[in-house]
Amino acid sequence: MRRVAVVGAGMTLFRHRMLETGKEMAFEASRQALDSAGLERKDVDSVVLGSAPDAFDGVHMKGEYLTDGAGAFNKPYTRVYVGGGTGVFIPIAAWWQVASGMADIVLAVGEEKMSPLQPHPQYAFWSIFDHTLERPLGVTLLWIFALEMRRYMHAYSVSEEDIALVAVKNKGNAMDHPAAQLPARITVEDVLKSEPICWPVKRLDVSPTSDGAAAVILASEDVARKITDDPVWITGVGWNVDTTYWTNRELAYPEYLEKAARMAYKMAGVENPRREIDVAEVYDPFDYKELHHMEGLLLAGKGEAPKLTKEGVTGKDGDLPVNPSGGLLGVGNPIAAAGMMKVAEIFWQLRGEAGRRQVKKPAKRGLAQAWGDLMQVGTVVVMER
Amino acid sequence: MHMKSREAAIVAAGCSGPLAISPHLSYKEMTFEAARRAYSQVSIDPRKDVDSFIACEEDLVEGTSITDEYAPDQMGGAQRSVCTVTQDGINALAQAYMQIVAGIAQIAVIESHVKMSNVRNKELLYNMAMDPYIEREFLGDGLPLAALEMRRYMHAYSVSEEDIALVAVKNKGNGLTNPRATFAGAYTTDEAMNSKEIWSPLRSVYVSKPADGAVVLVLAGRDRARQLTDSPVWIEGVGWFSDTSYIALRDLEVANYARGAARMAYRMAGIENPAKWAQFAEVDDTLAHKELQHLEALGIFEPGEAAEVTKKGETARNGSFPVNLSGGSLAEGDLGDTGALLRTLEAFEIIRGGRFERGIVQSWRGLPSASGSVMVLGE
Repeated sequence: MRRVAVVGAGMTLFRHRMLETGKEMAFEASRQALDSAGLERKDVDSVVLGSAPDAFDGVHMKGEYLTDGAGAFNKPYTRVYVGGGTGVFIPIAAWWQVASGMADIVLAVGEEKMSPLQPHPQYAFWSIFDHTLERPLGVTLLWIFALEMRRYMHAYSVSEEDIALVAVKNKGNAMDHPAAQLPARITVEDVLKSEPICWPVKRLDVSPTSDGAAAVILASEDVARKITDDPVWITGVGWNVDTTYWTNRELAYPEYLEKAARMAYKMAGVENPRREIDVAEVYDPFDYKELHHMEGLLLAGKGEAPKLTKEGVTGKDGDLPVNPSGGLLGVGNPIAAAGMMKVAEIFWQLRGEAGRRQVKKPAKRGLAQAWGDLMQVGTVVVMER
Repeated sequence: MHMKSREAAIVAAGCSGPLAISPHLSYKEMTFEAARRAYSQVSIDPRKDVDSFIACEEDLVEGTSITDEYAPDQMGGAQRSVCTVTQDGINALAQAYMQIVAGIAQIAVIESHVKMSNVRNKELLYNMAMDPYIEREFLGDGLPLAALEMRRYMHAYSVSEEDIALVAVKNKGNGLTNPRATFAGAYTTDEAMNSKEIWSPLRSVYVSKPADGAVVLVLAGRDRARQLTDSPVWIEGVGWFSDTSYIALRDLEVANYARGAARMAYRMAGIENPAKWAQFAEVDDTLAHKELQHLEALGIFEPGEAAEVTKKGETARNGSFPVNLSGGSLAEGDLGDTGALLRTLEAFEIIRGGRFERGIVQSWRGLPSASGSVMVLGE
């Protein structure tokens, strides 16, 4: 297995409605990533792209449509897909292309343009449900996440206030992110008083719908050392998908994520993640998900993540900074691009290039994670300087 | 490219269908059937023995957004490493090969299924694959593009319609001995050339018909493959490639995507002369002229030569270089991205059956794409 490094990263603004087409956004993120590494399209051996439902754009075979924007024409090109987990899975697929020796330089691009779907991008999610058993109920994603949030609160006696602290932290962190869509200084009271969408989920518990793209460049060890003096190594990758039948699962704990994390930790030689991970970008489309995922990632014991949050451990200056970027709650949630933004953030954090978002703790090893499908997929990347 | 060849082999292959319609089976049941057939050949338990599962599917064909979430259960992948690749099946197989070489899997499963009979409005489906700003208005369901391309190919290389009809006649005829070939038939060239005109010069017999089916392949690393079977079929080389998605910028007479994918696969396999190295090919023939175009892009024949070679019978069942012995998509049906795995399964069975030792498999993602893959298989 060859060592693989991240050598460049870039992203567009995340906004509710970008005027750029999906191709243009993919171009902008890819161009930035190439520029940051001093590379041109001709240097790229292969392109891996991720994007979530085709229904957002209303384009069948969306991967083919985005080929030109992602710089993939006249190249080996692959679109990978694990729902909301796609953003962190793109660099995993790029990793095996380099680790196997197939490519020396791979451009990994995440793109999402949710705004074309009218009247609201949520309509794409109606058709994610089982056509026979669930669609007739008119169920929405928010309903099932409300069920999961409620189950998590009940199982571990977690209050709405505990969960709201995550939204306060992340939207606050996003104040320092130049691409952020919803940065804000808010209070726990603001979250609790915000409009209930599907109790216990309230408006400020949820990330927005967004347009955006992000990209990173992966290179083999010998090539990476020529490109930069400061490569960030991908030392662990893991992914796991649970059964489609979410109704048969214990929703209080994401077992599939623990399995994905253990796969990545084993590869990276991490035995005690709570002690050995310096900074984490944990998937937070809802504030309770950050807590839920910290536990699945073994960064906190079951039901312990709210306590760590309350004690400030997960703050930017804490012992285990979580989502210093501002996460999906603050930066925005263009699905595949959002996960990729997290990988880019860990790259910038480990290189000390995160500006005002830079965590206080010296960061040598970081983690990015995403989640999706019917609450069933976990994708994890461990990165080290 | 530093990736070695023969680091993994196909050790089992199973399929369900293809069928023109399949009201008696859900897509999950089809996949389950294909998976059971594949797993039973090498006595593996997917829940314990398989390290990685890769599915191939597209949202709008399935009628489900984020359709990858429905991939795991029917192939035994729940709570294991499962992902979806929205490309053709050979591209997915290439990803599995790289996982094995990278050391994160020893056994990988590649799955693809399609139920085209569930798609109510196929014209709209293909139309939605066009660029929404420029092309969608003009190119309908993609068949006008196919006709333009066929005309351009005929013009560039002085190929007659009869030459192209011969491909359809050959492949539909080959399918007569293949129990999977739902659309096989004993056609004459005249019958083919008098079939219904769709868009001139494209006729109905030149276009493969939509079908339902599922294919599951099991890929294993070098040592594991030898433990599982006495007759692994080795991956000598694999490549995948995309041309521009802007239709107006493509050279319609050549299949650039196949040329790029072949170059990559041959480099990995160390092949300089594919026509000499390989003994047979299973290539994409979802449109009859595509077989000729693909054979040329693969470097098996010179540009413009494939029609003449076909006319001489060299690509026929008993010719010097048989192409689509299975009958191809023209006889088995158009299975979209699943077709790549069906072509692979056919080549796997041909090599296992002992008639040939080395073959080339090629796939195309179908209209209106310009993406495809190539795989080189050896005994």
